[in-house]
This record gives sequence, structure tokens and C-alpha cells, in this order.
Amino acid sequence: MTLFLFFAYAGQAWNIMMGFAGQLSLGHSLYLGVGAYAAAALYFHFGIGPWAGLWLAIALCALLGAAIGALAFRYGVAGVYFTLLTIAFAEFARIGLDHFAWLGGSGGMFLKVAERDRVELLNLRGTPAMFYYVILALSAAALALSAWLLHSRAGYYWQAIRENEDAAQALGINTFRWKMLAVVISAAMTALAGVFSAFYYSSLFPEQLFSINRSVEIILGPIIGGVGTIFGPIVGAALLTVLAEGTNEIVVAFGWEVPGIKQLIYGIVLFAVIVFLPHGIWSALAGKLKVRE
Amino acid sequence: MSVLLNVQSLSKSFRGLRAVANVSFEVEEGAIVALIGPNGAGKTTIFNMLAGALRPDDGAIFFAGKSIHGLRPDQVCALGIGRTFQIVRPFAGLSVLDNVIVGALRRCARVNEARAFAATIVDKLGLGSKRDFPASSLTLPDRKQLEVARALATRPKLLLLDEVMAGLRPLEYDQLIAFLQEINQRDGVTILWIEHVMRAVMALAHKVIVLHHGELIAQGSPAHVVLDAAVLECYLGEDLEL
Repeated sequence: MTLFLFFAYAGQAWNIMMGFAGQLSLGHSLYLGVGAYAAAALYFHFGIGPWAGLWLAIALCALLGAAIGALAFRYGVAGVYFTLLTIAFAEFARIGLDHFAWLGGSGGMFLKVAERDRVELLNLRGTPAMFYYVILALSAAALALSAWLLHSRAGYYWQAIRENEDAAQALGINTFRWKMLAVVISAAMTALAGVFSAFYYSSLFPEQLFSINRSVEIILGPIIGGVGTIFGPIVGAALLTVLAEGTNEIVVAFGWEVPGIKQLIYGIVLFAVIVFLPHGIWSALAGKLKVRE
Repeated sequence: MSVLLNVQSLSKSFRGLRAVANVSFEVEEGAIVALIGPNGAGKTTIFNMLAGALRPDDGAIFFAGKSIHGLRPDQVCALGIGRTFQIVRPFAGLSVLDNVIVGALRRCARVNEARAFAATIVDKLGLGSKRDFPASSLTLPDRKQLEVARALATRPKLLLLDEVMAGLRPLEYDQLIAFLQEINQRDGVTILWIEHVMRAVMALAHKVIVLHHGELIAQGSPAHVVLDAAVLECYLGEDLEL
């Protein structure tokens, strides 16, 4: 459940940038990693707790997002080239941190694991249940924020930019400024996912946090659920979690011992969803139920 | 009447091709001015320069007495120039009403206010029954109307219309002509208008500007321009005997 909510939350953060404003990032692991390392380093080296550390994580990621956004949008780096740029920055960070001994380098950084039966919310140390409630609260807050943003001026402007940037600009929208806002909000939200994951796993490896696989994991939920919708990222993350657990069960139940069979089943179902429901499960469902977001 | 738009010796070349050469004209406040000329005469290029989408190589543009040279399209729109695109650019995934709300937000502080204002414009342009349809489902004539609705929602002082009549049936032109006349007379919107449908130009324009190969070859009242020798030559061939 915690993992499902984690991806629901991170997917919602990514969805603001891609789903609402149409800027495809395949480098969201950058914000996840920087957020995680920022809060973990403060805790590890200076004993500063995550509730203070998260502000550094948010600030750093917002700044990074703004820098990448400014670079791309000022110099007309758009479409696939923008996407490549986001991947490049995540890779920079991964390689850089691999060689940064103060943060553990490629060997990783480990936070002290306190007794897991004692809940210490202040330092985000405690039982799995505590982590569950923390990420539940985050996901709910992200849902409220997404819904509010989509129906505000920002939501209209972002969708206009996503659909046709020239027309949006001709209607008086400062497209640079609004795209920047989308990137910064999305990066800052992802930073919190990073802080959460640092304290949940208590171990940080650049190879894991910054890898492109991580970025892809983040975006699968919204893609399966429905890019640009409010509930899509949550529905998608739920389905993916059920699917992953389900294939596990099936493989165990049938006693199959074929290597890679899990990934194969997972891949086939994913493929089917994308082929038959190209706008996502939630979009199809909402259409049937006549729900308007 | 005061001059709302003053264009002075505007020029633009694309890789050596002179698209617009030394064009000067004025648009008086409250007027309806038609910009006509054969394909490739530079009409849309002039629009793109006025709207800030293209930077002129040379010349000056004054709107309400202020230079708008070098401003971005959104800044030009903020000053009160609304435009439509010849090749329509709807926000395809959004509903008709939402398309117009995006424009209306330019002048409305709140989304609800913008929605109410957008709804009145959508109704007036005859798109009321389709307001909740996605813009991608509209026919071309409806998309042209949507372009006009969206531009009008920004409450422009000057409206730039690029071939909004193309593809419309005669009955539909008459409705659109009546509508443009209404916003011009009642709301005082000045209109600069690229058009091939001469029937509409003759009915509506106070002044006609004729372009050919990027140069301004004639301007004046519609009745005067259709009798101009240079205009007849470029439209109908030089050996025409009247």
C-alpha cells in the first residue's frame, strides 16, 4: 500500500508538468534523488530532522527545475529535445553523486535505523504504519492541489500551452512564465517524494535514485491511468501495484520457475492497456460513468 | 477619428525573398479595414508582424501611439490586439467553451467570471449548442468561428481576422458579416481583416488596402479600389478592357 501511494504521489507530481502543461520529463528521478539526498545529508551529517530538511529539498529541486526550465524554454529547446535534456540532468546527477564521497558515493549512504517499533514522527523514524499515513496524507494533498490547479487560471493556461503554444501566446499568455511554474511545482512536489523515500528505505544509492528506470516507474502510473487527468495517476498506480503483486502470486501459485516470467506477464498486460485504452483507464472509466473532472 | 494603428515602411524578407516591402498604412479607430491581394502577397506576414509573431526587418508599428516593435505576442495581446490564425489552431483537446475561457481569462480576474463572459461570446457566434464538445470535433467553418470567439474573448481594441470567411457557405458569411458589424458598431472594436471573399469585403469594409508581391499597390474605399487600374491588372490580367 505504501508503495502504491508513493507512486500515486510521484505520478501526480509528474502529471502536473506533462499532463497539464505538456512538458515531457523523463528525468524526474533527478528531483527524487536530490530531494532524498538533501534531507538525508542534513540528517546524517548534522542531525537535522526531515521536517526541516524537506525545505532544503524543496528549495534545491525548485531551483534545479527552474534552471532546467529556464535553459530549455529560453533557448527554444522543446519536444523530444527537452525530454533529452531532462534525462541528461538526471544522468549528470547520478554520475556526479557516484563520485561524491561526502554523500557516500556509489557505495551508498545509510541512515541509522532506529527500533522500528517506536514511532518517532519528528525524525520520520518508525513503523511501516507511520510511513503509510505520511504518504497517504501527501497523496491526498497532491490530489487536492492537482484538482485546484487544473480548475484555476494556471490549469487553463497550461492546457492551452499543451494544446497549441502559439495560439496560447496569441491569447496573451506568457508561455515562458507559466511553463516555468509547472516545472517548479512538479519538481518541488517530487522533492518530497525523495525525502519520503530516503527515510522509508534508510539507504540511498545514486544508481537507484537517479536511474532512468526510476523516472519511467514514476510516469507509468499516470500513463496507464490517464495523462492530464486528476485521478489518472492514482488509478494507474493502483493498477500497477495490483498487477505486480498479482503476477507474483500467480507465479508462486503455479510454481513457475521460468526466469523473467513476472516481467513478461507485467509487460503484456501493460501493452494491452496501452493498445486498448490509449487515453488511460481513468479517462475511459470517466467517459463511461459520465464523470467530469 | 484618431489613428489606432500606424504602420510605417514595414519590410520583411525570408532568405532573400521580399515578402513585405516598404508597406505603410493607417487604421483609424472604429474602422473596418480589409487587406486584400492574391496569394503570396504578404498579407499574413504583415499580420504576424503586427501580432509580434514575426520580427520586422525594417519599419515601425505604432498602436494607440505606442511602438509595439519587438514585443512578444502575449504583450501585444495585453495591449489590446486580438488575432485569429488563417490555419486554425484550436486547443483541440479542450471543449469549445474552455477554448474561449482561456481567452477570456486575459481580462477577467476570476475563472467563474471568465466562464460567464466566454459563454455569451460562444452563444453569439452560434456555437452555443456545441459548447461542451471538444474543439477537435468541430467542422472547419465552426473552427473558424471558434478562432474569432477566442480572439474576441480577450476584449481587443483591434481585431486581426485572417480569412475567417474561407470555407463558409453564403448564408454563414451573412451571419458573420452581421456579427462583425455589430461588434464594430456597438462595442467599437476596430477590425483589420484579410479576406478573399469580395462580397463580404464590399459589404463591410470602410477602407480596402491592396497588396501585390509584398507591395501596397492601392488603398481607398471599396468602390474606389475595385476600379483602380493597378488592382485590376494584378487580379485580372493587364490586357483587360473595361
